[in-house]
Formats: sequence, C-alpha cells, structure tokens
Amino acid sequence: MRITQGTFSYLPDFTDEQIQAQIQYCLNNNWPIAIEYTDDPHPRNVYWDMYGLPLFDIKDAVAIMQTLSECKATFPQHYIRISGYDRSLGRATTALQFIVQRPDDEPGFYLDRQEVSDRQVRYTIRSHSVTRPRG
Amino acid sequence: MAGSNDGAPKSRWSSGVAPYVEMGYWDADYQPKDTDILCAFRLVPQEGVDPIEAAAAVAGESSTATWTVVWTDRLTAHEHFQAKAYRVDRVPGTDQYIAYIAYDIDLFEEGSIANLTSSIIGNVFGFKALKSLRLEDMRIPPIYTKTFLGPPHGIVMEREFLNKFGRPLIGATTKPKLGLSARNYGRVVYEALRGGLDFVKDDENINSQPFMRWRDRFLFCMEAVNKAAAVTGEVKGHYLNITAGTMEQMYERAEFAKELGSIIVMIDLTVGYTAIQSMANWCRKNSVILHLHRAGHSTYTRQKTHGISFRVISKWMRLSGVDHIHAGTVVGKLEGDPNSVQGFYATLRESKVAINPVQGLYFEQDWGSMPGVFPVASGGIHAGQIHQLLHLLGEDVVMQFGGGTIGHPDGIAEGAAANRVAIEAMIQARNEGRDYLNEGPEILERAAKWSPSLAKALEIWKDITFDYASTDTPDAVVTPS
Repeated sequence: MRITQGTFSYLPDFTDEQIQAQIQYCLNNNWPIAIEYTDDPHPRNVYWDMYGLPLFDIKDAVAIMQTLSECKATFPQHYIRISGYDRSLGRATTALQFIVQRPDDEPGFYLDRQEVSDRQVRYTIRSHSVTRPRG
Repeated sequence: MAGSNDGAPKSRWSSGVAPYVEMGYWDADYQPKDTDILCAFRLVPQEGVDPIEAAAAVAGESSTATWTVVWTDRLTAHEHFQAKAYRVDRVPGTDQYIAYIAYDIDLFEEGSIANLTSSIIGNVFGFKALKSLRLEDMRIPPIYTKTFLGPPHGIVMEREFLNKFGRPLIGATTKPKLGLSARNYGRVVYEALRGGLDFVKDDENINSQPFMRWRDRFLFCMEAVNKAAAVTGEVKGHYLNITAGTMEQMYERAEFAKELGSIIVMIDLTVGYTAIQSMANWCRKNSVILHLHRAGHSTYTRQKTHGISFRVISKWMRLSGVDHIHAGTVVGKLEGDPNSVQGFYATLRESKVAINPVQGLYFEQDWGSMPGVFPVASGGIHAGQIHQLLHLLGEDVVMQFGGGTIGHPDGIAEGAAANRVAIEAMIQARNEGRDYLNEGPEILERAAKWSPSLAKALEIWKDITFDYASTDTPDAVVTPS
C-alpha cells in the first residue's frame, strides 16, 4: 500500500535528477535540507529519525545527494524523506517535504474500530510495520 | 434657557441644524495617528450635496453626531471622539468620491468585531443625502489587532498538523448540494479522500434537514475520514458544518464533532460576527481547525458603488479568527477579478501588506505576528486550470474542486486523483524553474500520459471557462507600457 505522504507522492518515484532539482530549489530559497528516515509511517508519527543534523551549511546539491545515498545504503528498507526548512519570521516551518525512498514492501495500516455507545466508533490506525514487524 | 443662544451670533452650539463640516467632522489638516482606525468609503452624493459635506456627514454619523446640534456634546471631550474626514478624492469619469475618515481607537471595544462593525457600518449606509456608499477598505492599527487572538491555528500551524507542505491543499464539496442521506453522503467523502483530496466539506446549506440530520452525517463522515486515512497514511478531514439556529446548538454540534475526532469544523458567515468569534475561541481551545464559508457575502460585496468590499470582510474575519475563508478563484464560476482577488489573498496571508491601488488596497496593513488565514478557492475550477490557479493564487491556498472531482466520468476517486496529480506535477515543474504558466497545458498533458484519470479530466473539461465582465474591479488600471 503506497503511502501518499509528502508533496510528490502522486507522481512516479523521482529519479536522482528530479530529487536534486527539488533540493536545488530549496537551496535557491535559502532553505537548508534535512534528511530523515523511519520504519513507522503512521500519519501522526511526526518525528522521523534524523540522519544527522539539518545540513545548514551545505549549499551544494551534489554533496547533499551524496549524503542521501549514504542514508539509503544504511537504511535500505526504511522510508526516507527530504525537507527544506524556512526559518523566516512569521513562517519558521518546513517549506517542502517529500519521500525519496520506500521499502520494497509497504505493509500499510490496520483500522481498528472500537464500538462504543450511541453508534460511535473509536478509531485507531495501527501501522502493520510496527504490529507485524518483518523478520 | 440653558444651551440656547437666542439672539446671539450663531456658534458651534447654537441649536438647530449645522453642516457637518462646521461641527469638526471635516479636517483637511488632520494627521492620522498610528493608533487610529482609518476607513476609505466610496460615496456618491445626491444632487446638490457637496462631496466634502457628504464625507463629513459619513464621519459624523459613524461616530458621535446626530442630525442636529445637541448641548450634551459639551459634556464630552467631543474633539477626541468625533471621527474626522481628512481627504476626499474624486474618481475620474464618475460621480463617485473616495472619502478617507479617521476614528480614534477609544471609540471601539477591545476584541469585538460586533462593536467594530456596528460602529462603522451600523448607521450611515441608509443616509438619504447619499445615493450610495461602499466601505472600500479599513486600516486596522496594531494596537487594535493585539486585542484579538486571530486565527485559532493559522497557515503554518495547520500545515504542521496536517504534515502537508509545499503545495496547495485540495478539497471538494460533496455534491449534489442537497438531498443525499447520511450513509450515501459518507460514500462521497470516502471516495474523494481515498482518491487523493486532503479535505471534503459540507455545503453551506447542509446543516440539519429532514433528508439528513447532523448527528447521522457526522457519524458516517467520520467513518469515511478514518478509513481514508488508514488506506492512504495521510491526515484527512471533512469540514463538518456546525451552523445552526442558536449558539447552544452550534456548541452541541461542535462538541460532538470533537468527540468523534474530527480535525476540522465549518461555519457559515450567516451565523453572524458574534457567533464566529465565539466559535473561533472554542476552536482554539479545542484544537479544531475552523473553516468559514462566506455565505451571503455577495449580497453586499459585489456592486462597486454600494456595500462593503470583501477585502474588509477578510480583515474582520482574520481578526475574529478563522483558519480558512473562501476568497475567490478568478477563473471559476463566481465573481472575482484577478487584481481584487489577489488583494484579498494578500490581506489574508501576509504580515505586512502595502498600499496597492491596482489591487484595490487603499491602506498599508500591518498584522504584526497574527497568523495568516488560508484563502479557499472554490467554485467551478478544474484540473485543466491548475497552472493559472497556481500562478494567480500561489501555494498557501485550499483549492476546492467539487464538481471537478465528483463529475469525473470514471468516478470520484479518479476525479480526486486527477486533481492531486495535476497539482503535484505543476508544483514539481514550478520548482524546477519551468515557465509553468505558459507551459501549463503541456505539463498537464505529459502527466496525463501516465495518469488516465487526469487525461479523462482534461478531455471532458478542456473547453470550460467562465468569461464574464467583472462587476467589481479596482479603479486603478495598469496601463500597458
């Protein structure tokens, strides 16, 4: 089940050139790049693991692509995402964020329904990757 | 007789009717203070009425005056409380004038849109001496802005919660407008959300009718929302309309929406300024996003000579505190010329907005640290217009494609996917530095090659445009150089 988080999930997976073009767009806007990974893509899992600190001083897209490929080599079956961060006053938030690697098998989620009174259902989304880990 | 000056030369305090200009409501030398609220009115005086006297009358009747001298004015610091008209400009080629009026901050109750509006527009618009009157713009000073809390969340906070960055948010209104039962309504919501939209919404007139009561709708919609979130891994929402006949019913519906875990509710402008402010406070306290549908505004925002410009409504709504407000599409089925609409968007989103006659912005507006409101573009837009929409409206916008999703020949989910693909493809192209406005159709065609749903959407709607002359355009026109 292809999770569709991130800005470009409805497009075919990006080539390295396309990823680099988006990184360059962020650098052109003075938005430093951060690389993060996770094995739990639950929609409320905000804090993916950081692959090092945000690359505040790296202004070269090629160098960033190199760091990204190191991350991919280290975590070949994790989700990895790239973010560009805008620190300007009144914003101070992520300006762009998209997934650049997915595991070969995306197990998706299970919707848990707990029936309570007056026809209500309490919903919980559980990540299969957490409840049924591989291996 | 106290207060009467019979026999003495006429003074400011002689009983009887005096021109407003002689009572201090016109002052050409007045320097507006940073703490004043400033208004720009477009007025058309009746034949024989001097425009400056008309401006002074508007100033008087929207502040301290009445139609005749009253001795009780002498019990007050009337020079402080009276509004001052300080400038009147003729609009070339018309019988219209723009009058600028300053109001001291002490005339207004802190944190009350009801008071602000009753004060400025509560009295003068029926004035016989004017053929027509329109409130074009209002400058809200920082001292007054700080008495309001503003949007419960704002653009940045909403994106951080939704985990969606770098592209417009995408929504749709369930269609048909009326008549679906709750269970089938939920089906529309589920299909649209699983297909790729971020949001679906109730229409403004979906409240609680015999064909579908609110509680049933809320229950089925939340099943749809949660199921769609589970099959996509995204945070999804449906704007549950909590508009109702009384405040008590609104709170009841809001509480139920929250109990069911909805991330967002909506209200209609028709609930009134006080209800809107109360709901904003509730949403802020309960971490629920607040969407405002501007229902009914075009009864008074659309004609150039009489009413209130939507840019003023936008300001009041940002102060009251809404997270979303419908603000125009330019290229869709509803009124809105490009310059005026871009003026509305800037007013809602930016922190500092400059004077811009081309966009109809008469004053500088400094919002300080008040968060921005997401403008919502809704009404007759479709995937084939994405390049124009992105160019005109930018990225921090909610684009809603009701018909443009639900009318897709292959189904609602395919309609949703078509819109999502179109937007993502256009954002990718824009970021890559392409001239996406001119190459838009080509970018869409290329994406359509691998997205059959987009291909179908472009095919079926490619000739749809809504080209009518706008009824409300700013006075300033860009002359080609």
